[in-house]
Amino acid sequence: MVVLSDKEAALSDRKKIWMLEKLIEIRKFEEKAILLYRAGKIWGYLHPCIGQEAIPVGACCAIKKGDYIISNHRGHGHCIAAGADIRKMMAELFGKSTGYCGGRGGSMHIIDMEHGILGQNGIVGGGIPLSVGAGLSCKMDKKGSVTLCFFGDGASNNGVFHEALNMSALFKLPVIYICENNMYAISMSSKDSVACVDIGKRSCAYGIPGHIIDGSNPIEVYGAVSEAMELARGGGGPSLIEAKTYRFYGHHTNDPAEYRSSKEVEYYKSTKDPVVNFKRKLLEEKIITAGGIQEIENKLDRKIEEAVTFAMDSPEPELDEFLKEIKE
Amino acid sequence: MREIEYREAIKEAIIEEMDSDRRVFLIGEEIGVYGGSFKVYRGLLDRYGPERVINTPIAENTIAGAAIGAALTGYRPVAEIMAIDFTTLAMDQIVNHAAKIHFLSGGNVNVPLVIRTQGGVGKGVAAQHSQSLEAWFYHVPGLKVVMPSTPYDAKGLLKTAIRDDGPVIFIEHKKLYSVKGGVPEEEYTIPFGKAEVKREGNDITIFAYSNMIIKSLEAAEELSRHGISCEIVDPRTLVPLDINLLVDSVKKTGRLIVVSEACSRGSVASDISARVTERAFEYLKAPVKIVAGLNTPIPYNSTLERASIPQVNDIIEAAKKIL
Ligand SMILES: Cc1ncc(C[n+]2csc(CCOP(=O)(O)OP(=O)(O)O)c2C)c(N)n1
Repeated sequence: MVVLSDKEAALSDRKKIWMLEKLIEIRKFEEKAILLYRAGKIWGYLHPCIGQEAIPVGACCAIKKGDYIISNHRGHGHCIAAGADIRKMMAELFGKSTGYCGGRGGSMHIIDMEHGILGQNGIVGGGIPLSVGAGLSCKMDKKGSVTLCFFGDGASNNGVFHEALNMSALFKLPVIYICENNMYAISMSSKDSVACVDIGKRSCAYGIPGHIIDGSNPIEVYGAVSEAMELARGGGGPSLIEAKTYRFYGHHTNDPAEYRSSKEVEYYKSTKDPVVNFKRKLLEEKIITAGGIQEIENKLDRKIEEAVTFAMDSPEPELDEFLKEIKE
Repeated sequence: MREIEYREAIKEAIIEEMDSDRRVFLIGEEIGVYGGSFKVYRGLLDRYGPERVINTPIAENTIAGAAIGAALTGYRPVAEIMAIDFTTLAMDQIVNHAAKIHFLSGGNVNVPLVIRTQGGVGKGVAAQHSQSLEAWFYHVPGLKVVMPSTPYDAKGLLKTAIRDDGPVIFIEHKKLYSVKGGVPEEEYTIPFGKAEVKREGNDITIFAYSNMIIKSLEAAEELSRHGISCEIVDPRTLVPLDINLLVDSVKKTGRLIVVSEACSRGSVASDISARVTERAFEYLKAPVKIVAGLNTPIPYNSTLERASIPQVNDIIEAAKKIL
């Protein structure tokens, strides 16, 4: 059992302010991206993680240089929390040559080796098996590195989840499996897709620790992940963390999410908004003032605007270069 | 004749077959309240209930396997794999099981199964959601492969697919769902292995299928303004393939362009080229021209995306080259 107060006590005020900044940065980045999508500047699929930001933020608060991140289609938050450059992310969403994938991947395929981000993924569950290999590398490197593997409730029903957890447990790999249970896989409620009540309890099947936590609270996420980190870095093998959460928008920008009741959406928005709740918490704890929060907001607004300007001003990828690469 | 969308035509075929045969049922991801990711199944959950419209977790290999199991035990499932890119996760069940059971049973056991899926480029959804993988299925003996280009063909062929002893891989194109075309009110089916000439001509035969039919028709129209007459052959089913109709057309025109959105290496297009060359070599006035996708994953950027698959102009240029 994670003792939250101990974990929280270990967190400096500076770290908590970092968390708040990252929460707001992810929120603002995606709000902007949605507007740009609607304005026709971005196309393809764009899956916002708004409402779920506390999971990547809490988790990445516990990582060190050398750790790896495996993301999925709803991955902007993972990238930003792990340190990716939002200018290059925005440029990628615009399909520009300065983007993380040189404009070839778009929103769903950002990969940033500098920050250990082994890639988002358009295939549900597609990243989960990679965790075994990254975990093996961490183990063989003997530097105490850990792999964080993020995925959704939907992905946890795929065979790869079970194969990978079994193998990681068997080989005692330093991998932390973080299931972001936002209660839906597109329209499918996890009540209708997961045969047990809590995905976190599936850890029993592999003899590894399972944590079931409130994914709207970055401190709680940090607590569970840092506990799993200690175990993993000490050679104790993987853990499974189920973070209960909610996505405030549809599955992607074109999904009106008619399958959810407005009452349900309102409930989560009004009680489980990680940005609102964490601001309140830090204000109550007098870690920051309202003026301090405003400064952060202003700073991040500028940062997002700069990222958009960078993306807009960046050149398109060279067609000739692309064609030249294709040898036959 | 009334005009309806491709997606409507598919849905009508499903409804007619489900109404007339209680063994037909649907299984796949997001096919319930969501109505399928291209809204082909909108309203079917209400009409048939969850016992015949089975919405599953994300588990492609088991969706395919479940459909095979049901097909072996008296039902006629129509399984949906949301994108052809995700059929890769179901390949074991499709290739090692669905395609083999009839053969391995000495011909005694059928697998009356349809797998509906969609592929293709054109919506900026990048490398893992834009592929054309028909060659994978075309390559495996034991599977039938259907790729309709019009609402009329989609409806008639899907009805045949559901009645067929299978297994049938039914591949739609994401750009075609909103395309309208004439579909009669009266019931009809289209037999497998019967190509259709989508436009008659004398100078060049263009073999194309799925969304490339639309581009080929445009190219032919443009070429006709330059006095070049193209005959467009749509096989409609790649397996079985109506090679005779194609060969006859090539014997008439003496020239062949094979158009495919899929990348050229190891493609259906290169196989067609080889087969026609074998059968009609002495009739060919020019080498067969393949106009196919580039051998690259599909990029996100719209300019690169467009460049990676054949466009109308590429077909026109190819025609000019072999004349
Ligand atoms: C193998 C595969 N099957 C289906 C899809 C289509 N698809 C994309 S996201 C998604 C739902 C994923 O749900 P979950 O894992 O819970 O993540 P969430 O979207 O809720 O964050 C589906 C079915 C896909 N991309 N890949």
